Amino acid sequence: MIVNPITNGIVLDHITAGKAMDIYKILHLDSLNCTVAIIKNADSKKMGHKDIIKIFEHIDLNLDVLGYIDPGITVSIIKDGKVKDRLHLELPQRVTNVIKCKNPRCITSVEQELPHVFQLTDREKGVYRCIYCETKAKNRV
Amino acid sequence: MNGLIDIMQLRTDEIDALIKTANDIIGNPQKYAQACAGKKLATLFFEPSTRTRLSFEAAMYELGGHVLGFSEAASSSSSKGESVADTVTVVGYYADIIAMRHPKEGAPLVAAMKSSVPVINAGDGGHNHPTQTLTDLLTIQREKGRFDHLTVGLCGDLKFGRTVHSLISALSRYEKVKFVLISPEELVIPDYVRQEVLQKNNIDFVETRDLEAAMPELDILYMTRVQRERFFNEADYIRLKDSYVLTVPKLQSAKSDLCVMHPLPRVNEIAVDVDDDPRACYFKQAQNGKYIRMALILKLLGIEVDAQ
Repeated sequence: MIVNPITNGIVLDHITAGKAMDIYKILHLDSLNCTVAIIKNADSKKMGHKDIIKIFEHIDLNLDVLGYIDPGITVSIIKDGKVKDRLHLELPQRVTNVIKCKNPRCITSVEQELPHVFQLTDREKGVYRCIYCETKAKNRV
Repeated sequence: MNGLIDIMQLRTDEIDALIKTANDIIGNPQKYAQACAGKKLATLFFEPSTRTRLSFEAAMYELGGHVLGFSEAASSSSSKGESVADTVTVVGYYADIIAMRHPKEGAPLVAAMKSSVPVINAGDGGHNHPTQTLTDLLTIQREKGRFDHLTVGLCGDLKFGRTVHSLISALSRYEKVKFVLISPEELVIPDYVRQEVLQKNNIDFVETRDLEAAMPELDILYMTRVQRERFFNEADYIRLKDSYVLTVPKLQSAKSDLCVMHPLPRVNEIAVDVDDDPRACYFKQAQNGKYIRMALILKLLGIEVDAQ
């Protein structure tokens, strides 16, 4: 299998093996018209195995969502065949409409138009809680 | 943030200042009688309440202000499907400050994010009740003279008892406070209080089912009611409602200067004859609620009364 190098676009590297399809769906990459390559279970010296996504076009990425799902990802911005920028992600302080609050006593359960906002309350353990009712988010995607 | 939603918004020095003002009001009520003249408090109570609503209203009246509002969701536009955000936006045109109680957790936060006037959380479901905590702190300060070096027993419904969650958070900031958490298995404190307040801050605490065994070491015993309105299942409520009842014989092993508190209303968790024991502080506590709310209203409206 040959995946052509990118001239202009984005490479998401060091994705935890098995998470590439989740990221593909959450970032709505299926709606793009450009080429998108998903490489699963690639060999990695650092990680053993990893997934990679190559997007053959520049798009606006929601780095908060990406950081929330898999903070170990490296994002490389490729321009004219060269790496123009390399971003290392971290857990975002807040995520909006990524996690749904499941607490039936939360105000979000009755007011449908409210954004579901979760805040990082413990960076070490990666704990997110609903800003309204403080319910802990279940495991990340 | 515009108002008071969570007790942890207030630094300890801000709490000290509120308590100082409340004590000054208790000593010199006439000095404050016209402090809020021309100001209006809106009490938006989407859930029934007697004590909290009346103490807010009495507080505003004693400051010379006016009160408007509703006392149940059925008599508000929320029964027509209006959102909390829209309600407070409109009320902000009519009132200078809002006190809101709502059965859904986080509703006052939604209100504060939208409101043009300060919003006070007067209880949001089983979540937060910061003015009750201020009331509790004023009572502890007046009865014990300190917030540190105390062993505090919290008994009853520690799961849905919002006053308990807020009080634990507030007292966790003081030195050498130990908590004895007494509850049935089904009503233990939520994990966010255990993990992110107690364990995270290395606070000394024990969880037990046995009130009588815990009694001798307590400086404060905070009783709570098992709240019917927090249960989706009536059978669970009936099974748990009589878990703990404080009686005069049970107080025999307690310290002579124990302070028995309760956010009220009580059902049967404190026997009526305990009321005559000098260690019963819960009616004084209810009275303190009015004074601390007066102090809070003044602070949020930015009104300073000469301390002379």
